[in-house]
Amino acid sequence: MRASLFITCYNDTLYPETGRAVVTLLERLGVQLDFHPKQTCCGQMHANTGFRGEAFSQAKRFVQLYHDTETVVIPSSSCVAMIRDQYPGLFDELGNETLRHDFAALLPRVFELSEFLIDRLGIDDVGAYFPHRVVYHASCHGVRALHLGERPYRLLGKVRGLDLATLPNVERCCGFGGTFSVKNAEVSSAMMAAKLQDVVSTGAEYCTALDNSCLMHLGGAMHRQYAAMKTVHLAQILAATESCPVEALA
Amino acid sequence: MTQPASGHAVLDPRFAPPFPQAALNVLRNPQLRKNVAHAIDVIQSKRGKLVDEKTDWQELRTAASALRAHVLENLDTYLEEFEARCTAAGGQVHWAADARQARQIILELLRQEGARQVIKIKTMTSAEIQLNPFLEAHGIKTYETDLAEIILQLGDEEPSHIVVPALHVNRAQVREIFARRMGLEHLSDDPQALTAAARTYLRQKFLTIPTAISGANFLVAETGAVAVVESEGNGRMCLTLPRAMITLAGIEKVLPRFDDLEVMLQLLARSATGERMNPYTSLWTGITPGDGPQRFHVVLLDNGRSAMLRRPVERQTLKCIRCAACMNACPVYRQTGGHAYGSVYPGPIGAILTPQLMHLKHAQTLPYASSLCGACYEVCPVKINIPQVLLELRSQVTNQERHQAARFLDPMYLGLRVANLLFARAWRFHLAQRLGRIGIRLFTRKDGWIHSLPGIGGKWTQTRDLRGFPRLTFHEWWAARDKEAK
Repeated sequence: MRASLFITCYNDTLYPETGRAVVTLLERLGVQLDFHPKQTCCGQMHANTGFRGEAFSQAKRFVQLYHDTETVVIPSSSCVAMIRDQYPGLFDELGNETLRHDFAALLPRVFELSEFLIDRLGIDDVGAYFPHRVVYHASCHGVRALHLGERPYRLLGKVRGLDLATLPNVERCCGFGGTFSVKNAEVSSAMMAAKLQDVVSTGAEYCTALDNSCLMHLGGAMHRQYAAMKTVHLAQILAATESCPVEALA
Repeated sequence: MTQPASGHAVLDPRFAPPFPQAALNVLRNPQLRKNVAHAIDVIQSKRGKLVDEKTDWQELRTAASALRAHVLENLDTYLEEFEARCTAAGGQVHWAADARQARQIILELLRQEGARQVIKIKTMTSAEIQLNPFLEAHGIKTYETDLAEIILQLGDEEPSHIVVPALHVNRAQVREIFARRMGLEHLSDDPQALTAAARTYLRQKFLTIPTAISGANFLVAETGAVAVVESEGNGRMCLTLPRAMITLAGIEKVLPRFDDLEVMLQLLARSATGERMNPYTSLWTGITPGDGPQRFHVVLLDNGRSAMLRRPVERQTLKCIRCAACMNACPVYRQTGGHAYGSVYPGPIGAILTPQLMHLKHAQTLPYASSLCGACYEVCPVKINIPQVLLELRSQVTNQERHQAARFLDPMYLGLRVANLLFARAWRFHLAQRLGRIGIRLFTRKDGWIHSLPGIGGKWTQTRDLRGFPRLTFHEWWAARDKEAK
């Protein structure tokens, strides 16, 4: 099995350990990986702020870079949601026939990480070991756009040593929302406070998710408030083993 | 805009502050936030149970969505059919292109009745056209009869929800308002005592004021009927006692057939109040001699609706049946309540409806008052893709603003323009990453975290830290690994 990684802009810049964990994990499972050095961004930030023309250029770039790859894996559900939900509209409005055709052919080969593991590889036990109490934050795009459903829980359920906590109001937004977090900073922070209360009430050591964007927001607040909890992308938990714990991957 | 001589204040998007600023006022009011969160949790848990018991909920949604879309495709036909049927049954139909015309028509009708006072069934559309202050300014006193609306009118409060307009007021506050305005010093905050006080106040109005104004939940084209659903029976009083009734309805409220109510009423009650059936469903068709109002008028309001109809993405806004499920599900509304939206229509539906009613000349911050979490779309009984409409409106606002000189140095616009240049070429993006990594060191503390940033970054660091930039980006790490392997 061959797969091409799309490590979107903020993960490349701010959270490279997530990309490295995906490499460790997928290579351990026998996937042959490649990485296109010209990739930059999926265009979500521009699209969600109302810059459709700019979002279109980035969307077009994505299709041009990946149209001949076998499979694309993206460890960020909101970027996958951008591709699935917004690219079609952008291409209908601004694209041409070739682009629409290339995109339609590519789309079924684009996977979010948990989809790739469970739907494409058919694996829920990835051989991970993570002896900690963990709470899973179901990001909005994972729940309502990608309908990931049980996938992340199935993966976490098979991690040895992991004690999975139940998060109250699990489907409620954490308040990040991209540029919303600065355009409506106070409302975003109020939403975050409500989410943190639920997250911290679980007594978990780690809060995990399939989106580093939510985790940047929640983790930033945890650090500010000296909370006894850390954030970690789900890929890093799945990559961790007895011989290579999560700290070694960081 | 003339301020009302009396009666409750009216939210007017033309004069409302931007959403982030208005929201801040609410965020600083702990009592109000507590009231809103509590009320919403109660409605949400009732709704959840009743939706779960309905095994065909998704089929109902699909049917309702298709029905409403069909109405919008054929709106002209169904409106004309409604007009013909309603007229044949003894009603009179008036067409109002905008709020000003609607107000004028209603004023004229009230003058023909010689009315100095009017009782009202809860209608958000009348608030949309700022009817109460207009009538008061022309010497006609308005009396709300919906319990929540009475609380607002007597308390000089603004509505914060379309189904439960006084959602932000708790019963201790209701007691205070009633005691003060009804002269009931020793009133307790027991719900029964409060209801009894409202009943005494209302009975006198019902028995002495012979003219009423209502809204409409649905208009039925096939029969010319008007439907109003409510919980208290005060609407029913307004429909039976007065001599004259004026109904104000948005043109989108029409349904083709009487049978369509079967689908819509099942969805509406469950979505709105978490009930299997609302306590009072009133339907009336024109005039029945000797029974109920003997003069009946329907004012059909456009006020920007036909302009929305012409736009393929935005037109779905008009499918709305005003159940408020979207605001009850919205994590933003949960924090801010309704007032922050500066409009009679708050929450996610308000964030798309209000700017369109204002022809995007006001309320431009509302399309951004959402984290795009999608909870509104998930619960909407007629499947309005609110996030999609929000994005469409954001794009229109950006197109309006981006050429304005004042926006040239706006950090958000500048940042996004620069980011677009960087993302267009990998080498530019990589160079920016390297420069950023050096620059950010100035702000990175010894613990490896950024605690404070200048400018727009300060909006982030006012409540959150940001981890410092790592030594290597992912692509640098990959390139080094690749090289090693070779």
